[in-house]
Amino acid sequence: MTSLELARWQFGITTLYHFIFVPLTIGLAFFTAWFQTKWYRSGDEKWLRATRFWGKLMLVSFAMGVATGIVQEFQFGMNWSDYSRFVGDIFGAPLAMEGLAAFFVESTFLGLWIFGWGRLSKKVHLLCIWAVSLSTILSAYFILAANSWMQHPVGYKMVDGKAQLTSIWAVLTNNTALYAFAHTILAALLTGGMVIAGISAWHLLRKNETAVFGSSMKVVLPALAASAVLTIGVGHFNGVLMTEQQPMKMAAADAVFETTEGAGLSLFATGDMKSNPEGLNRNIQVPNLLSFIMTGKPMSEVEGVNNLNAEYQEKYGPGEYAPIVAVAYWSWRVMIGCGMLLALFGLVGWWLSRKGRLEDSTRFLKLGMYAAALPFVASSAGWIFTEMGRQPWVVFGLLKTEFGVSPNVPDYEVWISLIGFTLLYGVLAVIAGRIFFRYAGKGPAAEGEDDSEKPHLGMAY
Amino acid sequence: MEEFTTLQVVWFVLISVLWVGYFILEGFDFGVGILMKTLGRNQAEKRAILHSIGPLWDGNEVWLIVAGGATFAAFPEWYATLFSGFYLALFAILVALIVRNVGFEFWGKRDSAKWRSRWEWGIALGSAVPALLWGVAWANIIGGTPIDADAEYVGNFFDLLSPYTLMGGLASLAIFFAHGALFLELKTEGEIRERARAVAVKSMPVAAVLAAAFLIWTLARQDSLNALTVATAVVAMAGFLAACLYAGTKPARAFAGTAIAIAFYFVTQFIDLFPNTMISSLSSANDMTLNFSSSSHYTLVVMTVVAGLLVPVVLLYQGWTYWVFRQRLSADDFGDIKTPLDLIDARQKEARGDAGPEPGAGS
Repeated sequence: MTSLELARWQFGITTLYHFIFVPLTIGLAFFTAWFQTKWYRSGDEKWLRATRFWGKLMLVSFAMGVATGIVQEFQFGMNWSDYSRFVGDIFGAPLAMEGLAAFFVESTFLGLWIFGWGRLSKKVHLLCIWAVSLSTILSAYFILAANSWMQHPVGYKMVDGKAQLTSIWAVLTNNTALYAFAHTILAALLTGGMVIAGISAWHLLRKNETAVFGSSMKVVLPALAASAVLTIGVGHFNGVLMTEQQPMKMAAADAVFETTEGAGLSLFATGDMKSNPEGLNRNIQVPNLLSFIMTGKPMSEVEGVNNLNAEYQEKYGPGEYAPIVAVAYWSWRVMIGCGMLLALFGLVGWWLSRKGRLEDSTRFLKLGMYAAALPFVASSAGWIFTEMGRQPWVVFGLLKTEFGVSPNVPDYEVWISLIGFTLLYGVLAVIAGRIFFRYAGKGPAAEGEDDSEKPHLGMAY
Repeated sequence: MEEFTTLQVVWFVLISVLWVGYFILEGFDFGVGILMKTLGRNQAEKRAILHSIGPLWDGNEVWLIVAGGATFAAFPEWYATLFSGFYLALFAILVALIVRNVGFEFWGKRDSAKWRSRWEWGIALGSAVPALLWGVAWANIIGGTPIDADAEYVGNFFDLLSPYTLMGGLASLAIFFAHGALFLELKTEGEIRERARAVAVKSMPVAAVLAAAFLIWTLARQDSLNALTVATAVVAMAGFLAACLYAGTKPARAFAGTAIAIAFYFVTQFIDLFPNTMISSLSSANDMTLNFSSSSHYTLVVMTVVAGLLVPVVLLYQGWTYWVFRQRLSADDFGDIKTPLDLIDARQKEARGDAGPEPGAGS
């Protein structure tokens, strides 16, 4: 492998791994805060037990997210030093803001929440978990603003071959960032909601703690249905925006090679497995549907990979400007497929719950256990699509990925860190997974077991 | 004289403050992490030790994340050269921090002595490695590393290890260790406190001597003696001396002593570095100045506004946390308490019949 490939593999592995825990934490923190609010308002014991149970799962996820998060910040400088020099004037600002505005709040108030049971007043304690939830959401905004600048650079000028910030407002209100933020947060709520639904389903099938899990389900299902439908809806407009900003990514996503009027939506296609096969061997399409989805007009034009490639070669010089089409095509479809299944699941669940038939619908509950894996598949596929679909650029139109990598870090050092991180992450996944499933499987602590005398210990170490 | 703007100096100072804050705060939880295994003789004591930093360590670590982010934002060239140059050292620090962080969370999650013992090792090593390597890293930053005319580090990992930098590493390890022992003396009661006191009394002079050696060596390396660094080094040593004197009797004063000493110990290094961000051992022409390393004026203005608004608020609520969790902890607080998972394990064992005879469970 070349230095570039090594650095890319490491970034891909560490980032996807980190992003298992990010949406789960954002989602679970939000629902934990919701359950605690219900307890605060009603005083009903079942909501307290739900808060503590889901809160504990959130903490396992949170710990993993924090542990892997520092790597994220450090590796821009470690593996991508030329990228860091190129974008530092712009990219560093949202990162620093994320730390100052979100991470400090998150870590401090989470500590207060965990160790503050019984020590803080109920109201202040409730505010602590909401502070945690809102700051996790805020941190997503800043990091997505940074990422969106790589997708669609705004508010800058080029000075001495480097990007220089001219408007922080433009960077923070980049339309790419606003869409990505809505899409990601909705998907995070969907993830948290689906995990809660899946675990609740497992317990409901066993008639275990039906008060806690039945109530959790009732809260989560409508939120799940709504967030799934909205994630898809925002995702659609995100796609339309991407067609404008990165037409190559979307052409690859739909495997459109030649610019066509009235393009069909490809359902299943095969082609040669190389970075740009320049055409397809097999393609099953619904006629005109792609044009219709993207513009609302069945006969509108969709730009193709080959035409864009020629256009970019003229504009940016010789080279290959298409991403690996097969990766873009399938990651896009996997993401959307999982999203649609989740929306269906949420809507059916909500309907069953309104009919009061939820706890007897064995088949639905069994499905729910497995459906809990879907959001993770979807968000991984989504990030693979977003990042690999932008290639060969690291900053679209400005800097190619190959020019971003650290020139001075020897390959053996990257091998050491790549193998080291992968092994460590693998081991931690097994350990954290076991703890998570054991907690999840055991259900909430029996009343009194969580210890009302010294309640802070129930949550802590 | 190098050219630099006021805002560049402001950001150099702010980044110094962030690093200093990080070392004062995470310094004591490094020390506590190293001490947890040996100082706690049973599970309840270890839990008490862990709880002394439980609500605080995560917030402490954010100081590092913000220091990193601020360096990226204000001095991208510094961030790029430093982080790519010190690659393997930072990798080791990252692995250590990850193991330590999950160790805190997972230690009590299974009722097994072997499980806990493994995580105690993880926490101890995960605390000791960064405590050592941060000292090595800073000694390299101020001492100079092979940096070429393109601001690229051209050495390897072993070029970072020299007598001077290892001295810096040992000093920081000893300082954080003693600082942690004082913290435990301050935050615990009973036997743990007595043991922490004994450790603090013994380790504090060692830390002071190593710190003095490193500071003197640093001053001796200067081309012409910088009077300001002499003054800050003296203040640092006064802090360490006070900590030595009070370690056995007045832990609050001693802890304040190490906190001030750590601040001035690193401030001395920052002043020594100023007005550069990285020193080249190849040629002084390759030294990276503030002006060379810095972001544009506009970005610095934006970040100054953001930091000016947020830093006071952060200090306020972090201070409040320390107030909320101010009381002392002892093993008695934890002796009879088990986490829900311990109870689950106990019940599972009971169900499998492999638990010892439970008193009163026979009939």
